[in-house]
Amino acid sequence: MSNFKSSLKVGIFLGVRQLKRASRWTTGLIVFIMTLTFLNLVVVSGILIGLIVGGNNANREQYSGDVIMTTLSGKPDIVKTQDILATIEGNKDFTQHSERYLSGATIEANYKTRTNFNTKADTAGTQLAGIDVDRENDFSNISKYVIEGSYLNPNESGYVVLGANVLRRFSSSFGDGFDSLDGTYPGDTVKITVNGKTQEFIVKGIVKSKVGEVSIRAFITRGDFLRLVDRGSLNANEIAIRRTANLTDDQAKDILVSSGFDQYAKIQTATEAIPDFLNQIELAFGVLGNMIGAIGIVVASITIFIVIFINAVTRRKFIGIMKGIGVSSMAIQISYLLQSLFYAVAGSLVGTIILYGLLVPAFAKHPVNFPFSDGILVAEPSGTAIRVGILLVVTLIAGFIPARMIVRKNTLDSILGR
Amino acid sequence: MITVKNITKTFKNGDVVTHVLKGIDVQINSGEFVAIMGKSGAGKSTLMYQMSLLDHPTTGEIIVDGHNVTDLTHDERTKFRLDNLGYIFQDYALVPELTALENIMVPLLMQGRSDEEVMSIAKKSLEKIGLGHRENNLPSQLSGGEQQRVSIARAVAHNPKILFADEPTANLDNVSSEAVMDIFKSLHNQGQTIVMVTHEKEYTTYCDRVIHISDGQVVA
Ligand SMILES: Nc1ncnc2c1ncn2[C@@H]1O[C@H](COP(=O)(O)OP(=O)(O)OP(=O)(O)O)[C@@H](O)[C@H]1O
Ligand SMILES: [Mg+2]
Repeated sequence: MSNFKSSLKVGIFLGVRQLKRASRWTTGLIVFIMTLTFLNLVVVSGILIGLIVGGNNANREQYSGDVIMTTLSGKPDIVKTQDILATIEGNKDFTQHSERYLSGATIEANYKTRTNFNTKADTAGTQLAGIDVDRENDFSNISKYVIEGSYLNPNESGYVVLGANVLRRFSSSFGDGFDSLDGTYPGDTVKITVNGKTQEFIVKGIVKSKVGEVSIRAFITRGDFLRLVDRGSLNANEIAIRRTANLTDDQAKDILVSSGFDQYAKIQTATEAIPDFLNQIELAFGVLGNMIGAIGIVVASITIFIVIFINAVTRRKFIGIMKGIGVSSMAIQISYLLQSLFYAVAGSLVGTIILYGLLVPAFAKHPVNFPFSDGILVAEPSGTAIRVGILLVVTLIAGFIPARMIVRKNTLDSILGR
Repeated sequence: MITVKNITKTFKNGDVVTHVLKGIDVQINSGEFVAIMGKSGAGKSTLMYQMSLLDHPTTGEIIVDGHNVTDLTHDERTKFRLDNLGYIFQDYALVPELTALENIMVPLLMQGRSDEEVMSIAKKSLEKIGLGHRENNLPSQLSGGEQQRVSIARAVAHNPKILFADEPTANLDNVSSEAVMDIFKSLHNQGQTIVMVTHEKEYTTYCDRVIHISDGQVVA
């Protein structure tokens, strides 16, 4: 044990001095490589996952909330909507909600300038959403995404806000198979038809968001909706709910389920409401990111291996002399472990500073423009810590092996260089 | 202090077998300053590596300070060298990243002494060889003679029972060589056992006895 203590002491003594008196450039270069490895490990998977997580977050913000209730399949609407709303409003654990009335609809534009009946009418199918104008805006901030014209006014009737994907000029990238309207600017008049009943609306604004449910719908006031669509009840089709921080999504959902509302509506957490393909993509991206990271780890460990190997080989004579004068093999190995550790820790440290000081804020400010999301950089501290751990362990092994290879060589042969 | 009993050393390189030591018996007493001389290739260095536990003989026995060291394990030999032996090599063999003082500190630290003790012994040793003002110089910032003196300080700082030196003056000019030999002389006067390989007959006058080796055998 005392032997280990002095080995440790001498190992640190030698390692520190080797690092201190090594070329600044070489040390800087190795630390730079370790930094890149660390960033490669964290950032690549972080961006890939961030593309999906960014989308999921937006979905939660603008559409689903934390828990969303939707119409049971085969049912026209959510029975007892008003009871449900009363329950939600009466529970302090729920902070916000917005109920939406939905119906398939056809929108026709440019019918006033249509010169003859032989040309096809300019129509597009969409989902018409009747909303409580202010409550929806409080809930989803939808007015922020109005890019032309303005958002609905709760005191006006006869206006519609169109999702951008209903218009050809925003949705040309979806191809011709997808019906959309030509032209159509705020101030234009469109006809909206639901179940054979038609009414004219003035386009008040255009709303554009990467959340599909926002961009493909046409929004009118709840009053207009109920006048246009004969429901015979105040039953909605969708209730999006936000919880306090005291609850998890699942707990919030459980409250609603235990109130028996699952007989009337399909109740899902935000995560459950995410289309499964997105979850699949997230998983696949995670694997992809880890694979790229693994390649980085291999490159870094080879780098460290070569660095330590060359260092130990060129110093083989002195390693032999130190063993000759009684320095234990363990002490010499520890001196190399310390050097590897320094490279890994310095690289991770510089990398962590760049990551949280520069990259994460930069991506939050300028997200990656991805078709269905604004990609952020996801770098959970726990995940980062695990990666730092992996990098440290791999680097230590990569430094230990060559050191051991050289230290184990015959002492006299090392001294004499044979 | 050292008893070498009929040792042989044979090197095998593929089919080539070289008999370097051919049955050597040597007795070195405590406090003796012994020179080993002989032609180049006679086996002087090889003999010294066996006696100083840097190598082990093909056959025969070596007893150092009452311990039969022939069959020690690798780690036991390292420990034995640390505690009992000191080495001076022809080319000084200082560790290049360590200053003069730090080079001397290494074996002392390895022995598990306290930091203060290590520091004070190392400084004293450096002063004894007249290099107290050079303690923070790296080996590359010292002359050959100065490096060899530091190397002596490193070899004796921990009071080894035996000091081994293989042609310690071979790379030095006359003035530096004299300085090194003067240090040996004063160490010897303090009772240090010294075994030195040398080519220079003039320096054998410092010694109690000369062992002549020729073709792997003791001749006188
Ligand atoms: N590893 C080895 N393999 C084969 N032969 C060796 C080996 N080491 C030494 N020899 C041979 O042993 C003989 C003695 O070598 P040694 O180094 O002991 O000589 P020396 O007396 O110290 O000579 P010098 O005065 O030149 O230093 C030489 O002929 C040398 O070639
Ligand atoms: Mg020799």
